[in-house]
Amino acid sequence: MSGGVQLENANPVIFQRSVERLLTASEEDEDVHDPIDDREIFDLIRSINDPEHPLSLEELNVLEQVRVKVNDAESTVSVEFTPTIPHCSMATLIGLSIKVKLLRSLPDRFKIDVRITPGTHASEDAVNKQLADKERVAAALENSSLLEVVNQCLSTRRI
Amino acid sequence: MKAALTLVQRFGAHPDSRCWFVTWSPNGTLLASCGGDRAIRIWGREDSWVCKTVLQDGHQRTVRKVAWSPCGNYLASASFDATTCIWKKKDDDFEFQSLTVLEGHENEVKCVAWAPSGNLLATCSRDKSVWVWEDEEEEYECVTVVNSHTQDVKHIAWHPNQELLASASYDNNICIYKEEDDDWECRATLQGHTSTVWSLCFDAAGQRMASCSDDRTVKIWKEFPSESWKCVCTLSGYHGRTVYDVACRLTGFLATACGDDAVRVFKEEVPANPDELVFSLAAQETRAHSQDVNCVSWNPKEAGLLASCSDNGEIAIW
Repeated sequence: MSGGVQLENANPVIFQRSVERLLTASEEDEDVHDPIDDREIFDLIRSINDPEHPLSLEELNVLEQVRVKVNDAESTVSVEFTPTIPHCSMATLIGLSIKVKLLRSLPDRFKIDVRITPGTHASEDAVNKQLADKERVAAALENSSLLEVVNQCLSTRRI
Repeated sequence: MKAALTLVQRFGAHPDSRCWFVTWSPNGTLLASCGGDRAIRIWGREDSWVCKTVLQDGHQRTVRKVAWSPCGNYLASASFDATTCIWKKKDDDFEFQSLTVLEGHENEVKCVAWAPSGNLLATCSRDKSVWVWEDEEEEYECVTVVNSHTQDVKHIAWHPNQELLASASYDNNICIYKEEDDDWECRATLQGHTSTVWSLCFDAAGQRMASCSDDRTVKIWKEFPSESWKCVCTLSGYHGRTVYDVACRLTGFLATACGDDAVRVFKEEVPANPDELVFSLAAQETRAHSQDVNCVSWNPKEAGLLASCSDNGEIAIW
């Protein structure tokens, strides 16, 4: 590694990005109410940058559409993410970035749960508990250096 | 079908921010609120509830909780900026001035509470510690630091008539503290909740305590001889998400604030077996707020008057 920085997972497997969503005629018709669906939520978060690699969470398979569930009527969103390695120290930061992106993008009525895909991380319970604690999340987002790192993950990647 | 609560008034309190906490002054005439906008607001009743004053510039970050002194002349505020401010009310108007700042916690102060005597103050923090401060004529000195929890301490509450303190934590436990030779020490650790304990309160007589948790339950604890507290009742199946706050009222009523946007009131039933404790849901407002309800507070003088506040920055009076 150049610069002597040791990446935790130096050679991640890269996955194909999904194709762009095809819009149907009824979706384009503004008089038809269409509820927020899984794909829309996935589209909001799939391009979040990995904190370590110049790749998106979708390309690293950290996020998959099948692990994104939305219930528009009940105003709930549930996202499971899969760290690339079970000891990934970035898991909390990745989860926080997904949560912040959804908090900023979705109407306030939504309850947003972000969790690690069961069985894919050594500290799964601890990370899940931290992400679910809104007081800790609020305090973390008042920390300007941490907020900057989150914003970097959420920024549009320079190619 | 359960009865609904009657809304007296709803008002925006902390615009574009979260309202974390509301608490009534001891004589019930004023309501203090605090939030993510770093401000404390004091509300009083005219024809309707209006903001009497805003305390700003005391804190650099979110004000998480506020507490009135038992005499009602002082206000303490706990903030994520690691400090606790003491505010003094000026004579006969609604102005407050910053008296002193208590420093010492390493990071976010999560709660502050005044002992019923008014001479002691307790604070707790994400640094896992509980501090007890002595108030000698407006001079505050830390008398003890207790480290009995293994994670953030979320809430602290004093016993209504004994010098006894309880704390609730992210480590799922509750600790009970007493003074021993000028030192405060943890006398009991109450286990039972399966996730973060967000809040707790004593009933007016102090024989019981209610706690609420991220495990979506409320537990009632009773004191038994030799300082042991046991869980005598668990309210489960009522709350859809984290229960952020529980408030006790004189005659066997409990109110809860929940992350499912609801405010619920539970009533104690007369049980067939005197050793049992039975609570039933007396009233609920499933859409009390449009976002998480963070806090509920019973007015100490006006029976049945309840204040609640939410992530959307609003306060509702029921």
